[in-house]
Formats: sequence, structure tokens, C-alpha cells
Amino acid sequence: MRADAIRLRGLTLGYDRHPAVHHLDGTIAPGDLLAVVGPNGAGKSTLLKGIVGEIRALDGTIETQARPGAIAYLPQAAEIDRSFPLSVLDLVAMGLWRPLGPWRSLSRRRGRLLEALSAVGLDGFEDRPIGTLSGGQFQRALFARLIVQDAGIILLDEPFTGIDERTTADLLALIRGWRAEGRTVVAALHDLAQVRAHFPTTLVLARRPIAWGPTAEVLTPAVLARALRLSEAWDEAAAICRHDEHPARPPTEDGPAPHAHDHLDHHGHDHAHPHHGAVS
Amino acid sequence: MTLAGLSDLLIGPFVEFGFMRRALAGCLALSLSAPPLGVFLMLRRMSLMSEAMSHAILPGAAAGFLVAGLSLPAMTLGGLVAGLAVALAAGLVTRSTVLKEDASLAAFYLISLAGGVFLVSLRGSQVDLLHILFGTVLALDDDALTLLGGIASLTLVALALLYRPLVIECVDPLFLRTVSRAGGPVHSAFLALVVVNLVGGFQALGTLLAVGLMLLPAITARFWAADLSGLIPVAMLVSMLSSIAGLLVSYHAGIRLPTGPAIVLAAGALYLVSMLVGPRGGLIHRLVRRRHLEA
Repeated sequence: MRADAIRLRGLTLGYDRHPAVHHLDGTIAPGDLLAVVGPNGAGKSTLLKGIVGEIRALDGTIETQARPGAIAYLPQAAEIDRSFPLSVLDLVAMGLWRPLGPWRSLSRRRGRLLEALSAVGLDGFEDRPIGTLSGGQFQRALFARLIVQDAGIILLDEPFTGIDERTTADLLALIRGWRAEGRTVVAALHDLAQVRAHFPTTLVLARRPIAWGPTAEVLTPAVLARALRLSEAWDEAAAICRHDEHPARPPTEDGPAPHAHDHLDHHGHDHAHPHHGAVS
Repeated sequence: MTLAGLSDLLIGPFVEFGFMRRALAGCLALSLSAPPLGVFLMLRRMSLMSEAMSHAILPGAAAGFLVAGLSLPAMTLGGLVAGLAVALAAGLVTRSTVLKEDASLAAFYLISLAGGVFLVSLRGSQVDLLHILFGTVLALDDDALTLLGGIASLTLVALALLYRPLVIECVDPLFLRTVSRAGGPVHSAFLALVVVNLVGGFQALGTLLAVGLMLLPAITARFWAADLSGLIPVAMLVSMLSSIAGLLVSYHAGIRLPTGPAIVLAAGALYLVSMLVGPRGGLIHRLVRRRHLEA
């Protein structure tokens, strides 16, 4: 698991050529427990989708030693068909795809699946159809699937939205356990108190990176105020980004902020700052 | 009615006539392969997609008929080519552009259908497409039976091999994409199986009614079984019962009753009954409020 660092170089992700994550540089260290925070539309989900390979980068690269499929991903609103007649045990068993593939038998792994269900507090739920679970119970079941996946890198997109305090506390304990086991966990979150209490490093994202570093140093009122100034609207007339054609500073380990600053000073396409002469 | 009378009624036609035995064998083979596919189509909310596919196959079969006359290989090949081309093109467009599956499939099946009609009119011949539309279940020859048996075997083996990724792809396609690249090929293979079964089905029931044995038993099974391990066998059973009932009704009916529609109507009757009395969400069970449990 040690090699599972994720290195982002000038990463730009987006939709329809409009960047949702803009020129992000940095490294997610192995075994890191990283919170990604920022307002709605800041690109948190987009970043996680980019890392897992759901969307292609518009520019820049994501370098990781992890083999494809070795990254576990819990999307924000799982596009899971909960009306499908499937038992909770079968849902969790999907996590065994990597070792078992399409044909090897599940029967010898039943104990492992029941253990995972027990770890998320769903003892006795194994034969229930997934359609009968509540929102919180279903999220617990998805965490059980993450446990079974046994991945070195785990990406969680707002895992506690709509989840009660007790379940959140249980799942946070699980996440701490994953960190103790040396896994890398990246979570998009909204609850800043939660981030301060449980996540040692934080990336503040507002389409472009605002700050990235130890949580206590990053979550300051000044940084958060800057993040909030993000304009959510696309600038339809935005010019083509010429960032690459200028000599860029080498990416720093934990300081995309100076880079972003540099970026602001030299280019007139930043959407959050109209005084920089955007065409509209 | 005496026991002998009953056996005359139910078994007699099959004992007496070779063509009835052949029809029965063909329909039973189709009953093993098409309904499981229908179960997956229904669970993926793609029921109507098979109807679209049957339209996509029709011009291919018609083209085969135009080129080689009433020749099983030519019509089967034409239907397969047209159906698979539409399925693959639609899948490709769905995966690489913004279009959803229903929209891209609709676009391609309409193109295929129009192209087929165009092709027929280009040849300027009045083609009797009736037996393509309604099938020739009472005139299944050895080749047709071999084809139906082969398709049933292929479908069951392929479903067994694809089962796990297919279920995951139905429930959580995003998850499958993150752990494996199997999603695309599995989906294409599934669509290909649907096409192959529809092409096989038109020998017996005609292109339009082949969909009937695929979907009606699957939808009927939903009222009797809760999970896949129940749905698939129940759907097969319903399909077999419909086949036997349809064959017998069309044999015994005083007027000339076409067999293909009789089989599908039998399946339809089983569906209506199940919808009323089925224990899993049937109408009557919904109307009767049962005492709730303590926990």
C-alpha cells in the first residue's frame, strides 16, 4: 500500500471544456487522510471522479501506482438501482470482484462478508433485500462493501450527507481504522467541525485550489472567505486557457496557493474575478 | 370428463402429429432461453427495448428473404446482421456520447426499419412478409429445430458465464466501471443474446411475437417470485405453460386460429391472472390489508 501516492500535475477536469477543477497540483501522500472541502460547485466530486477514472482530464495528469480497480470509490448519490431484487449480502459481495472475478465461488467467503456487515452494525441484515434498507442502513451496507474491497486508496464523496450522528460516528471510526491500516482516504465533506476533528490534511477547493495542507493551518477564515467568493456560473465567453504556454512554477508538495496566485496575476480568464477582464 | 378424454385433449395432438411435436420442442427450447433474458430486460427497465430490437431485425430478415427466398440461413443471417449492427452501434453511441441508451437505440432501429422498407421497395417486388411477421410454428423443419436448440444452449451457457457481471451491471454500473472493464463487453454480449433469441423466435412466432415469449413470462414472474433465483425459473415455467396452452388451443379451436398469436395470448392470460392474484404485489393482495407485524 506504500506506493499508493496520487500525484496531480496541472490537473484540469471539467465538462464541455469548462473547467470544474482548474490546474490542481499536489501529492496525496500514501496513508494520508485528506478532506476535500469547498462550496457547492467547487469541483470536489469532479476531482474524485477524475481520480477514479470516471471522467477524463481536460488537461494535466493524475499519476498513481495503484492498479486500475485498486481504488475504491463511494459516489455521492450512488446510481444503484435499489429496486433490484438483491440481498444485502450480495451487494456487499460485489466488493470481492477483484479476487473472485466473474466465476470463482463466493461460498467460502461468506464469513468475511458477514464480518464486514457486523463491522458496520448490520448484523442479521444479510438476507434483507436492498430495497428495504433505510438511507443510513444502505450507506452502512456500502461501507461494508468498501471494507470487503480492501483497496489501498478509498475515495468517499460526501459520505455523511443525510446520515444521523450515530451512524456518522460509527463510519468515522471505520475511516480512522482504515488510516491506521495504512490506507489512503480522500473524502469530500461539508462539515468543517468534522474535518477539524478527524482529518489531518485538507484541500480547500473552489474550482481552483485555494489551500492544501495540515487542516489547522488551512481552515482559516481568510481561506474560507476566498473559497466562498467562487462564482458558480460558467462564463460562456471564457477565453481558451493559455496556462501551459507560460513558464509554470514547479508543483509544490503542499502549496498550490502560490501557484494559484501566480495563475491569477497572469491570466485574464479566471471566472471568480471579473475585474481581470473576462470578455463578458 | 374421463381420464382418457383428458389425455386425448392434452396429449393426443402431440402423440398423433409430428408437426405438433416439432412445434412443442421448438417452443420449449425458446422457453428456456428467452424468458431469462426478459427478466433482465424487465429489471433494467429495458422491456420496450426488445420491441425496438424486433423492429430492427425485421428488415434484415426481409432482405434475406428478398435475396434468397424463404431460406432459413439467409433470413437468419440477415436478421442477425441487422439486429447486432443496431445493438452494437447503439451501445457504442451510448458509451461514447451524451445520449442515453433508449434514445440511441430508437435512432438506430428507426434507421434500420426505414432502410429495410426502402430496400424492399427498391426491389419492386410484393413480398409476402406474413410468415416473417407471424412465424411458421407448425412448419418447423429440422434446420429450424436445430437452430432453436442451438440458440437455447448458447443462451443458457452464456448467461451462466455472464451472470455475475450482468447482475452487477444492472444494480450498480458505476461500481462495475471502477473495478473492471467488463461492463461494456458484458452489456454488448447481453444485447447480442437478445438479438439472437429474437431471430430464433421469429422462426416459431414471427418477429413481432418473439418479444411476447421473452417479456410476458418475465413480467408475470414478478408477481410470483422475489429474487432472481425465483424469477428466472418461474418465467421459464410460465413460458412453457403458455407454449403448450397456445398450441393446444390453436389445435382444438373450431376456427383457424394462428398458433403464434395463440401462444402469446396464453402468456398474456397468465399475466392478467398473475397480476390479479399474484402474491408479490398483485392487485388483490394490495387491496386486502393484512394485519401488520409487531416488528
